[in-house]
Amino acid sequence: MKSIAELEEIRKKTLEEIGLRKNKDGYRIVVGMATCGIAAGARPVMQAFVEELKKRNLHDVQVTMTGCIGVCRLEPIVEVISPDGSKVTYVEMTPEKAVRVVAEHIVNGRVCRDLTIGEAEGVK
Amino acid sequence: MQIYRAHVLVCCGTGCSSNKSEEVLRELEKQLQENQLQHEVKVVRTGCLGLCQNGPNIVVYPEGTMYSMVKVEDVEEIVSEHLLKGRIVKRLLYGEPEAEGIRSVDEVDFFKRQKRIALRNCGIINPENIDEYIAFDGYKALVKVLTEMKPADVIDLLKKSQLRGRGGAGFPTGLKWEFAAKAESEQKYVCCNADEGDPGAFMDRSILEGDPHSIVEAMAIAGYAIGADKGFIYIRAEYPIAVKRLRLAIEQAKEYGLLGENILNTGFNFDLEIRLGAGAFVCGEETALLTSIEGKRGEPRPRPPFPAVKGLWGQPTLLNNVETYANVPPIILNGPEWFTQIGTEKSKGTKVFAVGGKINNTGLVEIPMGTTLREVIYDIGGGIPNGKKFKAAQTGGPSGGCIPASHIDTPIDYDTLVELGSMMGSGGMIIMDEDTCMVDIARFFLEFTVDESCGKCPPCRIGTKRMLEILNKITAGKGEEGDIEKLESLAKNIKAAALCGLGQTAPNPVLSTLRYFRDEYEAHVREKKCPAGSCKALLDYVIDAEICRSCGLCAKECPVGAIEGERKKGPFVIIQEKCIKCGTCIEKCPFEAISKK
Repeated sequence: MKSIAELEEIRKKTLEEIGLRKNKDGYRIVVGMATCGIAAGARPVMQAFVEELKKRNLHDVQVTMTGCIGVCRLEPIVEVISPDGSKVTYVEMTPEKAVRVVAEHIVNGRVCRDLTIGEAEGVK
Repeated sequence: MQIYRAHVLVCCGTGCSSNKSEEVLRELEKQLQENQLQHEVKVVRTGCLGLCQNGPNIVVYPEGTMYSMVKVEDVEEIVSEHLLKGRIVKRLLYGEPEAEGIRSVDEVDFFKRQKRIALRNCGIINPENIDEYIAFDGYKALVKVLTEMKPADVIDLLKKSQLRGRGGAGFPTGLKWEFAAKAESEQKYVCCNADEGDPGAFMDRSILEGDPHSIVEAMAIAGYAIGADKGFIYIRAEYPIAVKRLRLAIEQAKEYGLLGENILNTGFNFDLEIRLGAGAFVCGEETALLTSIEGKRGEPRPRPPFPAVKGLWGQPTLLNNVETYANVPPIILNGPEWFTQIGTEKSKGTKVFAVGGKINNTGLVEIPMGTTLREVIYDIGGGIPNGKKFKAAQTGGPSGGCIPASHIDTPIDYDTLVELGSMMGSGGMIIMDEDTCMVDIARFFLEFTVDESCGKCPPCRIGTKRMLEILNKITAGKGEEGDIEKLESLAKNIKAAALCGLGQTAPNPVLSTLRYFRDEYEAHVREKKCPAGSCKALLDYVIDAEICRSCGLCAKECPVGAIEGERKKGPFVIIQEKCIKCGTCIEKCPFEAISKK
């Protein structure tokens, strides 16, 4: 038989597993997962985001996929959309960079400038 | 713990299952394996989403993308495009005619206007997994009740919420619980009426299939409130998926110690059993249902004494409908004030309707009380197919009546429906267009009650049979002056004299159609015409000589050789004596020269 505390434990644990079916109002992380993105390694990047968010218990952040945005040479591309709708585009992502984006951008609200498309293309 | 980046929810309710959703699900699992996505994407069986017309339905989270009418062949594309590359498969999206490219379930008109309380978990959780129910606040209400509230508090809360029975009559639920609590006895019972028998109604089935634990939880709460340690769910055997999931839910709850002895160490005992009904409509009547649970022939008995005083095996028994129970846990968690904000003055909360008939979105909807019929039909239901005109809506099944188009803006609640001569009933809603004959509809429902009458009392057994005979006569074009009056007097007597609810309400479909569509009855009787063009015996199929191009297609297809004429030599003619009015010629004529008159 379960105790009330155990029940609460099950609730929390399962909610983590199925929480992505609930509406989220936090950041949205969109990973480009077209052929170009996948070939450049988008899949481990996405997995890294999912795992890092889970580790940090960030339940209101949604990770979704999208198609090719056209700059295939800069893939894997990840867009981070904040709740107010503003968007930051990160390029040439790796799982390590993903962990950094979560720590700096998602948690602390500081954009990782050196990883953005503007930086990569030399636009100031 | 495995974390998934996407969840694919496949509706496995009865509607979608019969459209092969199980096969789609197996194909999905196979394809995910082949693409090595099985550790990234989770496939979940879920309950009814409500859009049964468009089944099998699939929702992909986190986007909430809804695909409908998915075939096994479509699965490969969904996996390779959406799940692998993140490109939504537009051609499979659930689309409303006017809106293109809807990407999320929340954007669909059909869902936007609904308020889901009883159906809160249907289509979102896996009904066969107790952990998912618990995750979405399941069994939290039971814990709250057992640890923080006295039985009297629970009843008080329910009374304040003004919840009324969702089975049809709309009796205040809190009051019912109080009667059962106050009855003194060593042994009391809690029962659930899941013998959903109205033609076209499937609200309770969907709740049991999509969220069976909500009923288990609510019944345990009821047991605590009235002082019962034993419960029975009476469900019809025609609902195999619901029975299976309910059995599983009870087993899982027992395993977790949420049913059984000393629940959650609080000293409260409660156990549940399932009883299968054999498909008799009368067993949905409360006294007949209880007699059937006892193992006897399901026949009603006079009330009082009411079940709350003398029910199962002579002991005080609380009997509520599935949907009523489904409302209880959220009311306890959110408080009565939350619940009373929704709905109208005397009817609080929401009601689930199974909408069918001549409507684009056949399916299941849950709306706040006070929503108008117009909103249900046009905003949620997507209107009437083929641009036909709305004629009437039938609510309450064989016990209810019709609401004509002139009352389309009436807010729907218990009291307005009764005023209009219909009733809420359990929630079946059949939409009828201009081609529906109201006399025939009344005849259909009466045929059903005649078939299902248990035969115990003469007014129902003999009276409804006589009424049906008159209606058969009228629709066959053999009606006589005085028939309508005879129907009315029979109806009044049956209503007054029948033993149980089934008989007392059986004449309602006739009385309400007479109230709004008396002219149609009169046209049948006096002019031997069916204004809606539906009663076969009163129709003649005629070829318009001016439009006919004498191609001879109709004559070739006519199964009884009732059409005569020579090709390319003047119009063809239908010989009325031979015509069996099958309608084949109308379908076959390329020039639309044939019509019913």
